Amino acid sequence: MPEPILQLLLIPLIKIVVLLVVVLLIVAYLTYAERKILAYMQVRLGPNRVGPKGWLQPVADGLKLFVKEDLVPGGAEKLVFMIAPAIVMVPALVMFAVVPFGEPFKVAGISVTPYLADINIAILFILGVSSLGVFGIILGGWSSNNKFSLMGGLRSAAQMVSYEIPMGFAVASAVLMAGTLSMVGIVEAQRTAQWWFMFPGILGFGIYWVCGVAETNRNPFDLPEAEAELVAGFHTEYSGMKFALFYLAEYANMMIVSAMAVVLFCGGWLPPFPNLLAGLWALPVLAWIPGAFWFLAKMSFFLFCYIWFRGTFPRYRFDQLMNVGWKWLFPLSLANVMLVALGVLLLKG
Amino acid sequence: MDFLVSHFAEILFYILAALAVLGSIGVITLKNPVHAALSLLGTFFIVAVLFILQHAEFLAAVQVMVYAGGIMVLFLFVIMLVSARGLTTQAAFLSPLVPVAVIGAILVGALIASAVLLGVFATGNAGPEALQTVDGEVLGNTEAVGMVLYTKYLVPFEVVSVVLLVAMIGAIVFGRKDRFIEEHEGEVGS
Repeated sequence: MPEPILQLLLIPLIKIVVLLVVVLLIVAYLTYAERKILAYMQVRLGPNRVGPKGWLQPVADGLKLFVKEDLVPGGAEKLVFMIAPAIVMVPALVMFAVVPFGEPFKVAGISVTPYLADINIAILFILGVSSLGVFGIILGGWSSNNKFSLMGGLRSAAQMVSYEIPMGFAVASAVLMAGTLSMVGIVEAQRTAQWWFMFPGILGFGIYWVCGVAETNRNPFDLPEAEAELVAGFHTEYSGMKFALFYLAEYANMMIVSAMAVVLFCGGWLPPFPNLLAGLWALPVLAWIPGAFWFLAKMSFFLFCYIWFRGTFPRYRFDQLMNVGWKWLFPLSLANVMLVALGVLLLKG
Repeated sequence: MDFLVSHFAEILFYILAALAVLGSIGVITLKNPVHAALSLLGTFFIVAVLFILQHAEFLAAVQVMVYAGGIMVLFLFVIMLVSARGLTTQAAFLSPLVPVAVIGAILVGALIASAVLLGVFATGNAGPEALQTVDGEVLGNTEAVGMVLYTKYLVPFEVVSVVLLVAMIGAIVFGRKDRFIEEHEGEVGS
């Protein structure tokens, strides 16, 4: 087989398939983890009927959603109603293309990178694509011909537009420290600096994480689907696989936000505390641990935080949500960018 | 097959350009405002891909982030808040056909003329490297745009930002006008 075809088509195709399977598998078991962890937090048992300890629960859920009747409400805008779940799902999966899960390694003489693409605008790519997912939510809410859905969609639009701005500034603070927009470059910059950007950029990290939770419509910012007020918000009228797509996209977005937090502030695939424990990680016993392990471990921690928040915090009121976003996070993130820029200028320039 | 491979970028450009034109026609002819907004969204997206074909990756990302992600959300927001379902039965914007056609023809003529003049006579074809180069060094589109924007075009850049600020303040003043008048209504007369 000629080299260019192998390099340009076959390897990326295999990578895409592996990536999709892994991401969807993690998403499926994230729903299981969420139910189980929430259950233990509330002194319940959680799913424990399907398979040992309920391990096959996601399979059963998937099967149920797959064979369920696919309802389209009367008076719904059919075309928009059909494509809205896809508009949510596609950006959620596309973003994984630039997430670096580990270091490049060699298999049978061929250098393999455990990421699909290392582009020099990866951060902008993720910010841009993530802002497209909100269309699916707005359009799904609008096309359902249901007041509660429309309210959910509008809330979601207002919330996402508001929290995107401080999130962008928080991301910019990490980019300033790294001096590059490439995800791989940012991790490498943290290797060079011997510090996770979390420690010098603790304020930016905090702002990023709060905005990340808000962007994924999770507790305590889950107003677009506040079940006490809006039934289920934008996806009230959705059933079967269309509902499943909304559901999967939400968890895929949680993974992306966690992965971004890992890459930007927690050293990506680097082992923890590279400056203090460098000697320890160089030991032959520990040196074989692949970078992907550290990446997934850190990502799992953030995913656990999501579930932890859901078990802990009450939901904000909408005016409180807007106050936090515009009057606190936005000015804070602006000040943070200026501080970080000044620090970078003084230290490097 | 060889032709396809060697002219891949050009072929892609013409397909995408045709789609962009179709999308923008959809914006002004579709009767449902939400469908028109979606058509506009698709057009923005295709324009972003055209930027990528020209090796202007930064512009492409910003196009998606600002236009598709920010401005279109606000468009949809407004369309939904003014109850789009009531608007769907109204005629499309094209009813005064003759004046619109004349203005459109003039604008298209100006566009083609400027493209020909600028593209052929003024600068020649600079090529994609020009969009990636800083001080003769190929660094990337983000760096190139940033460098030009904050050195050569710093003053126009700042002027534009002040103009935008004025527009924002204007929007807020218009938005708050009623409440302001209500609060101060008694004061003028007394």
